[in-house]
Amino acid sequence: MSGTGGPSLMDSLFQRTLDDLIKGIRLHLPGPAQSTFISKSLDEIRREITSTDLHTKSTALQKLTYLHSLHHFDISFAAFHAVELTSSPSFLHKKTGYLAASLSFRPSTDVLLLLTNQLRKDLSSTNQHEVSLALECLSVICTLDLARDLTPDIFNLLMSSKIFVRKKAVACLLKVFSQYPDAVRVCFKRLVENLETVGGAGDNGTMLAATVGVFCELARKEPRAYLPLAPEFYKILVESRNNWVLIKVLKIFAQLGRLEPRLAKKVVEPICELMKRSEAKSLVFECVRTVVSSFYEYEFAVKLAVEKIREFLLDSDLNLRYLGLQGLLLVAPHHLWAVVENKEVVIKSLSDVDRNIKLEALRLVMSMVCDDNVVEICRVLVGYALKSDPEFCNEILRSMLSTCSKNVYEIIIDFDWYVSLLGEMARIPHCQNGEEIEYQLIDIGMRVKDVRPELVRVGRDLLIDPALLGNPFIHRILSAAAWVSGEYVKFSRNPFEIMEALLQPRTNLLPPSIRSVYIHSAFKVLSFCLHSYLSFEKGASSSPPNFVDIEPGFTYSESEQEFTETDQATSSSALHKRDTFTQESIANVLTLVITSLTPLAESHDVEIQERVRNVLGLARLAQQEISCHNDQKEKMVDKADLKTSIIIRLINDALSEDFGPISFSAQERVPVPDGLVLEENLSKLDSICADVQLPISESFSLVKPIFLPADGDSISNQQNEEESETSAAESTSLLAEHRKRHGLFYLPSDHSKDASSSFPPANDPKQRDNDVDDLVKLTEESLVLKRKPNLSRPRPVVVKLDEGDRLPIAVKKTDENDDLISGAVRDVLLGNEASSHSNNLSGRRKGKSHSKDKVENSETGSSSKRRSKHRNHGKNVEENENGEKGKQKSGGKHKSRRRADGGVDVAVEKPVIPDFLL
Amino acid sequence: MGIRFILMVNKQGQTRLAQYYEYLTLEERRTLEGEIVRKCLARNEQQCSFVEHRTYKIVYRRYASLFFLVGVDNEENELAILEFIHLLVETMDRHFGNVCELDIMFHLEKAHFMLEEMVMNGCIVETSKNNILAPIQLMDKAS
Repeated sequence: MSGTGGPSLMDSLFQRTLDDLIKGIRLHLPGPAQSTFISKSLDEIRREITSTDLHTKSTALQKLTYLHSLHHFDISFAAFHAVELTSSPSFLHKKTGYLAASLSFRPSTDVLLLLTNQLRKDLSSTNQHEVSLALECLSVICTLDLARDLTPDIFNLLMSSKIFVRKKAVACLLKVFSQYPDAVRVCFKRLVENLETVGGAGDNGTMLAATVGVFCELARKEPRAYLPLAPEFYKILVESRNNWVLIKVLKIFAQLGRLEPRLAKKVVEPICELMKRSEAKSLVFECVRTVVSSFYEYEFAVKLAVEKIREFLLDSDLNLRYLGLQGLLLVAPHHLWAVVENKEVVIKSLSDVDRNIKLEALRLVMSMVCDDNVVEICRVLVGYALKSDPEFCNEILRSMLSTCSKNVYEIIIDFDWYVSLLGEMARIPHCQNGEEIEYQLIDIGMRVKDVRPELVRVGRDLLIDPALLGNPFIHRILSAAAWVSGEYVKFSRNPFEIMEALLQPRTNLLPPSIRSVYIHSAFKVLSFCLHSYLSFEKGASSSPPNFVDIEPGFTYSESEQEFTETDQATSSSALHKRDTFTQESIANVLTLVITSLTPLAESHDVEIQERVRNVLGLARLAQQEISCHNDQKEKMVDKADLKTSIIIRLINDALSEDFGPISFSAQERVPVPDGLVLEENLSKLDSICADVQLPISESFSLVKPIFLPADGDSISNQQNEEESETSAAESTSLLAEHRKRHGLFYLPSDHSKDASSSFPPANDPKQRDNDVDDLVKLTEESLVLKRKPNLSRPRPVVVKLDEGDRLPIAVKKTDENDDLISGAVRDVLLGNEASSHSNNLSGRRKGKSHSKDKVENSETGSSSKRRSKHRNHGKNVEENENGEKGKQKSGGKHKSRRRADGGVDVAVEKPVIPDFLL
Repeated sequence: MGIRFILMVNKQGQTRLAQYYEYLTLEERRTLEGEIVRKCLARNEQQCSFVEHRTYKIVYRRYASLFFLVGVDNEENELAILEFIHLLVETMDRHFGNVCELDIMFHLEKAHFMLEEMVMNGCIVETSKNNILAPIQLMDKAS
């Protein structure tokens, strides 16, 4: 037993049988012992399979099939031997060969073509069992070449007098069609004939089951082509007593009924009859599913279906309960009352032992959510989330997050509530949806200005809790909390508290990327504190400070009006603020910052290091300033004019720049203006930057330098102030504000004069002069304000972009092959087969180009099909014409397609639906 | 295609029969079987017989020590598939006499043969036990 030499007589005589192999495998424990045994057996088999004795070969192949199928061994080396065995005169050997082929061959197996002749021979054998073997094998391994070569043989079998063979030939067609759509032109007529011979002689139940099964699969991919067969299916629906067949026919009608309302009217009665009288739950459920998903416009049918669903829901059988919930889910989009009626069962199912049932119940609960009940439902769900297992808990959170954020938070009216809900979710022990919550917290912050104070409060609560830092799943949420606390620190009641939270020692548990967000937020908070301190000191000497006034050149946002209230609340009283920002407290903050961040200045993470150095730079500068004031208190009056104050003011202004959501295609929409030469602009920018004397502001040069031109700074600022005073009352000025701030990103395409030669400065006063209409148009293009700011309305403004705010959903394309099949089917059904009989290579090419038409057609038509099928069908002819046009456009390219086009022309002229049914 | 695959798996999660109606590589089959076994075998008697997996669903039923798992398209009728599983088991029972794991292991070819009679291309083509077993009985007689 050595080497890999040919098989000896000994091998044949003492060959292990399959049974021996199985027993051997069972004797050895799984693990190394078993694998050694198997690899030893494999060595034997490799020798045995080359034997000339067919029995030895067959046994070897049996063993290989076993190892392949159950132990996942690659047996591609034996492919040729399998082919060899299929030609054996012995039926048993042939069977072994075909089984091995159907289980282990892949489309790329190179000996597949060698099988063609043998398959052809067996397909035309007089022994029906041999035919059956060949058909079964073909139905699994069929490729384009096999299908093309064997279509005539299968065509013959479709009229076989033996049902045993005929039904298998019919079932095999499905695979042949999918590989070689032109076979439809040859075989489809006979397939239809098989459908029509219901009630004829012989065992037609079986025959019908196979045929209807094939049609069900075909119709699922492109139902429209099968509408002309509706009368045949209808006949089966009312006559058949076979539940398997009825279920399949119902599935076909579910597809067809959506396309043709007249058909729906006709079949809905018999379906209800079936639903009432059938004992078989499977059939009843199929009726229910068909009615609620396709015939939901028929009130009486839906009522009956909901009754049945209720029976399912109250059944003791778990499976039926599950299906009942699924049925409800299907009803929900059109008849929400059915869900509401069964609310108790649904809610109860949320605490079922079975996770699948819980999931269905959850989906149903989510389907009931609307702006009236979202608060209540979320409260209930959070309760369930708290007591559920981690997996389901996260499932609940995920559904809540996605439902509430749908269509840019469409159903949320009370954002304060929603933001605090997000904070609450973060504290649920099993929460693993950090990423989504992070996204939403920041997203809401940017979109909904009114909610920012509450957002900061929620962020603060999360930040100051040191326990949360230990849970890696919510680090992302903390990152968002840190960001909002920094960005909107002006709404904070106590910035010092936030500063302490941001710098607490346990932040070393955070990953570097998030820690740097913390540090940058600390920078923002520090800048805010210093700025406030200095401004109040200044203001103390003159008029009582108004929060907005102390920030010249900066206005919060479009909704300035709304903010007067909140601002007053935040700066609750000037006295309070002044108490907060005392020299002592500022000095304390500076010490805190410097002591806690100094060690990090040497951090290995560049991001952290860089941000820490920014903060430290600012802190040290401010510290000098303040200590120097200590010595010379009397000179404090002019503090605002001091260099440091200016720096701090500029930094604070830079940081106060408002962020808004930006459309995914915003950049693409900025047209390159005609006269624009990029280098020229940059050189100007250079000179501007050179004029900037203050080094620190360079770190924000992205936005700020534009604000600091050496010339006309003060003038433009003055203008700004004046203008903002005069026009603040007009709602259009809100748009102007936006135009001003985001001018860089939202250039309108028809507006190239704005973008003519240089970047418009972000608050270029000239832009104010723009025509109001232009601005309105512009904002319609880029931004849609949910509604105009109006204090009396309960729902705050949500900034919303025109197109999808997240990744656009890819348009689903139909499979090319499906289109080919349905195209061919249409041709055949509409009596066009005479012109299109082609079984050769050119026919194949024609088929290919035909498919391109279909793709074009589906691009124009089918995208909207799904939503408005009924209406679409009314315009059937029109749509076909559209398709025609598309074809003609590209017609020049594909001359070989002319004939196929002719076929579709016929389809246009003929009415697609015979009026038989109506 | 209605049925995508049929698996028979024992309590320990070892595959005892695997029939696929769409082509999957060996590696894909191995992963798929692993995932499904983990998902379904962990469930108990008080849970329903339908499991969603990837883009399709699995309808399964346990008979003694053997799990019958059928992967089907989402549109497929779950209850009909349960009936199909039951029919399959009854058919095997009739042939082997109270079918058990070992019968299927040692008669894998026959088991496949029966399945082929019942299902082609993922469509159920035969539901009569007599018809399903006729060819096999003929074969047994001949050998």
